[in-house]
Amino acid sequence: MSDNTYDTPRLDELESGPWPSFVTGLKRQAADNPMLDGVLGQLEHSYKDRTGYWKGGTVGVYGYGCGIIPRFTELKDDDGNPFYPEAHEFHTMRVVPPAGMHYSTQLLRDICDIWERHGSGLMALHGQTGDIMLQGVTADNVQACFDELNEYGLDLGGAGPAVRTGMSCVGAARCEQSCCNEQKIHRLLVNNFLDDLHRPSLPYKFKFKVSGCANDCMNSIERSDFAVIGTWRDEIQVDQSEVQAYVQEKGRKHTIDNVVSRCPSGSLSLNDDDTLEIDNSSCVRCMHCINVMSKALSPGKDRGVTILAGGKRTLRVGDMFGTVVVPFLPLRDDSDYQRILELAQEFVDFFAENALEHERLGEMIERIGLPSFLEGVGLEVDPNMIREPRSISYVRTDDWDEEAEKWYRRQQMASEQAS
Amino acid sequence: MAEATEKPRSPIESGTPDPFPHLHPTLRRNFGLWRYHDRPQPGVLHHVGETGEEVWTVRVGTQRQMDLATVRKLCDIADAHADGYMRFTIRSTVEITVDEERKVQPLMDALREAGFPVGGTGPAVKMISHTQGWLHCDIPATDASGVVKALMDELYDEFTQENMPNKVHITTSCCQINCGGQGDIAVNIQHTKPPKIQHDLVGDQCERPSVVARCPVAAIRPAMVNGKPTLEVDETKCIACGACYPPCPPMQINDPEHSRLAIWVGGSHSNARSMPSFHKMVVAGLPNNPPRWPEVAEHVKKILYAYRDNARDYERVGEWIDRVGWRRFFELTGLPFTKHHIENWDGSRYKLNTSAHLRF
Repeated sequence: MSDNTYDTPRLDELESGPWPSFVTGLKRQAADNPMLDGVLGQLEHSYKDRTGYWKGGTVGVYGYGCGIIPRFTELKDDDGNPFYPEAHEFHTMRVVPPAGMHYSTQLLRDICDIWERHGSGLMALHGQTGDIMLQGVTADNVQACFDELNEYGLDLGGAGPAVRTGMSCVGAARCEQSCCNEQKIHRLLVNNFLDDLHRPSLPYKFKFKVSGCANDCMNSIERSDFAVIGTWRDEIQVDQSEVQAYVQEKGRKHTIDNVVSRCPSGSLSLNDDDTLEIDNSSCVRCMHCINVMSKALSPGKDRGVTILAGGKRTLRVGDMFGTVVVPFLPLRDDSDYQRILELAQEFVDFFAENALEHERLGEMIERIGLPSFLEGVGLEVDPNMIREPRSISYVRTDDWDEEAEKWYRRQQMASEQAS
Repeated sequence: MAEATEKPRSPIESGTPDPFPHLHPTLRRNFGLWRYHDRPQPGVLHHVGETGEEVWTVRVGTQRQMDLATVRKLCDIADAHADGYMRFTIRSTVEITVDEERKVQPLMDALREAGFPVGGTGPAVKMISHTQGWLHCDIPATDASGVVKALMDELYDEFTQENMPNKVHITTSCCQINCGGQGDIAVNIQHTKPPKIQHDLVGDQCERPSVVARCPVAAIRPAMVNGKPTLEVDETKCIACGACYPPCPPMQINDPEHSRLAIWVGGSHSNARSMPSFHKMVVAGLPNNPPRWPEVAEHVKKILYAYRDNARDYERVGEWIDRVGWRRFFELTGLPFTKHHIENWDGSRYKLNTSAHLRF
């Protein structure tokens, strides 16, 4: 397109090929918006030099401490004049989408209209934290844009050492594997920490993610400090006639190779009459057989969630998976949902008080040890929290009898509750 | 900006919006009542509810970084064919749901006509999850959207068809923080040289103690250069991770020549069959070569097709390698095995072979 101000021979090469081209979109939008003209110029400059040229700064809206990601160009001549003056400022607004990223076209169109009035028109759906990223606004327009979005019913997401925008899967809205109300948990958690989301005052970021089953489509174990995953504790529901129909259609070898022998805990056995035998006491609720035989198998009826704490990406000690801190929390009524919230509050409070600056929850737990963390947030130990017990003998066990007594007492209480 | 005398408006702290008004009515009616699903064809999911109601969902790839015309085009299509609703997946694909089977083909036709690739379901290569890169990030060593566009052009048929043993998640990251996430195949920046320090700027721009604290190997210490307070790096200890660069921009880690690309394999978030796993580095030193990064595409395809041709059904990349062993992986892909593949970070001993289990 000849409308654009700067030549972009390298970016132009990304306009060919079958996948949708962000360059074509940028150019189209730049025809209406000079800022993106400058952005195209700067991006081409980056492609030529193989160097990034944005720097941060301080831009915000009244009342909040975060939510805007400021970007100023670093490409300036000796007198301080930007090479691409249209893109001198190119700030991003993080906007929280509806839980599960469901949209009516009306909502998307309204966002587009507001964004067209105040910003560049470029947006990323979505950023890795789960925000709508409205990319390209000047500091002068940030407040007006936010006011209009906010009056409409949208809010800014978190950034920096704050509770962040959460994520939940498609869940009960369109998935038969859903073991909980993902959106309800997601909104219950994030919307109760809005002060910590809008005003960064924690040691470092804190993320909530909710997946309705162990397939963990939200990557919660790896990408969140507080991962909530739907599960069940009774028996997998089996429709044996559907099992037989599956075997009939796919064959015994296929069923044995792809379902029975793929069970990680060896809990499955195909009977001579092509029905399925399941050892539910050994089953680890991995979801594989249920995924493959979607018609025949379903999660059990006694459903709830598992909570894992401390997942994070690489910075700075390397990646960490969250580890189990609540093996099973039943979700029968609102008081159970409140219990998730109480736990989250305990975790955030303990994190705020005990983590070092720029330390994530997982790093803090590793530093102090899981038993200290559990004690700090008022949770009891459970064998589901470990892969195997310690194998190094250097440990003080002088309070063994008291600790064993706690276990027996809990076992007794559990059996009394059950009866 | 509001005038100083004007009372500023206080924000309404509304947080995460309720998705219910944005659900297709059939999804609303069947919330929590879905019974099973199947995939009638690549790119289409078919869900059946306990109520007997059914929905068909068409999934399409996007460029993630979208202009208004693209978003409005998606809205036009959803209005014309799907009652005006859609959702986005975590990997920036769009799912548009219809309540009658006869509406599927016209919807797919309209999406294809508008340039959106239909696919990304079942055992296919999914849309690449990625970061911001040179377009918007303040610390990137490479681009994100461009790498993804170039790779997805090459892998287009693997997105629109279901020819893999299981799903393949590819991720890209433009610094070593790796915001792109774990992947069956991950393309990440790997710096190879210590930061270049502009000593005259460090004192003014950086909070030195917190930069010292940020270094994972304690290689940074306070120093004076030309009478000005600054920081210095013990280059023999430095692992070139770049953790010091975000809090201290004068410690430039990005280098057009020496920031290279590495490919990692075997990461998985799912708990299905095996536990979640981190991806493992298999090749490094690939040039940062815009606009199409051909060396990256060549290596990704080499690994992807070795997986396609050798893994069994339902094995993810990591599970396939677990079964056949790393020796066979390097043999099948033709990639070199080097000392850099051997972990020497915390807990490295647990990644060595402490057995007589060997493959030849």
